[in-house]
Amino acid sequence: MSNVGIVIVSHSPLVAEGTADMVRQMVGDEVPLAWCGGNDAGGLGTSVSAIMAAIERAWSDAGVAILVDLGGAETNSEMAVEMIGPPRADKIVICNAPIVEGAVMAATEASGGASLKEVVATAHELAPA
Amino acid sequence: MSLASETTPSLDVLIAAMADAIAAHADELTALDQAIGDGDHGLNMRRGFEAVRAELGTISAKPLPDGLKALGTKLVMTVGGASGPLFGTLFMTLGKEWPSGPTRAALAETLKKAVDAVAARGKSQLGQKTMLDVLYPVQEAYAAGKSAAEIAAVADAAAEATVPMKAIRGRASFLGDRSIGHMDAGARSSALLVRALADHFGDV
Repeated sequence: MSNVGIVIVSHSPLVAEGTADMVRQMVGDEVPLAWCGGNDAGGLGTSVSAIMAAIERAWSDAGVAILVDLGGAETNSEMAVEMIGPPRADKIVICNAPIVEGAVMAATEASGGASLKEVVATAHELAPA
Repeated sequence: MSLASETTPSLDVLIAAMADAIAAHADELTALDQAIGDGDHGLNMRRGFEAVRAELGTISAKPLPDGLKALGTKLVMTVGGASGPLFGTLFMTLGKEWPSGPTRAALAETLKKAVDAVAARGKSQLGQKTMLDVLYPVQEAYAAGKSAAEIAAVADAAAEATVPMKAIRGRASFLGDRSIGHMDAGARSSALLVRALADHFGDV
């Protein structure tokens, strides 16, 4: 798919899956979408390997925008991007935006064929000043 | 912690020592984390170091820099939480920056780069009630030529010194002033790792 992909990373699998549900219902199937949440032991948390796998599932040559919830999700997402490495890492951006609103707005923008830069900018408009 | 040229650090012994220390204190680390974090630090660290221990042979068969990188990567993938990338970055950077001529001065520089990499990864700095509040004083003590026992004591005192600090980074920062009065779990686990290593190098 040529549209930018969206990855949702929450500490909670329920939050991540619920956010993905909202994106699918509100935006449709035109955007590659993947989510992950929870640690490898089944508890709350985020996992670098799960984030890397989610990026893989949502991969698009147009790039991937990641939406995260709390700090550890961001740190682990940064680590995942770094481990994926160039050249693909250059097409992955972690958005500074609320996870639910950010995912829906970014996916809406992406579904119209917007560039990664435009998708990320749309999500960033939601960030607290 | 005389990781200097007169010794060839044997990574398998060091890994086992660190894994033992974390396993022995996992409940304590979890209790610290329950006070001001999300209560999974001990479990996470134990899971990570046991995963490393399970691959002890493979990791320690590599040349030391590659072994350190493999150790770090394994921690990133298995610890979970934010601690995985933070502790993983420490060891990965040690491996990446390992000097070709490992003098104490060169190793002190390598250690500085590794701690700086952790700071960059966590977007944090000294005085924010984190593992950095142990790692930076340890790096300085090592650079200043302190003995292994002295460095371990510095680490313990530095972890203790996080008790009155207010958390600025991480989950504990949401608590604001209520984070004051508790030791930071990451600082404690850092001190445990330093002491485990120091004990091993104590007789060198």
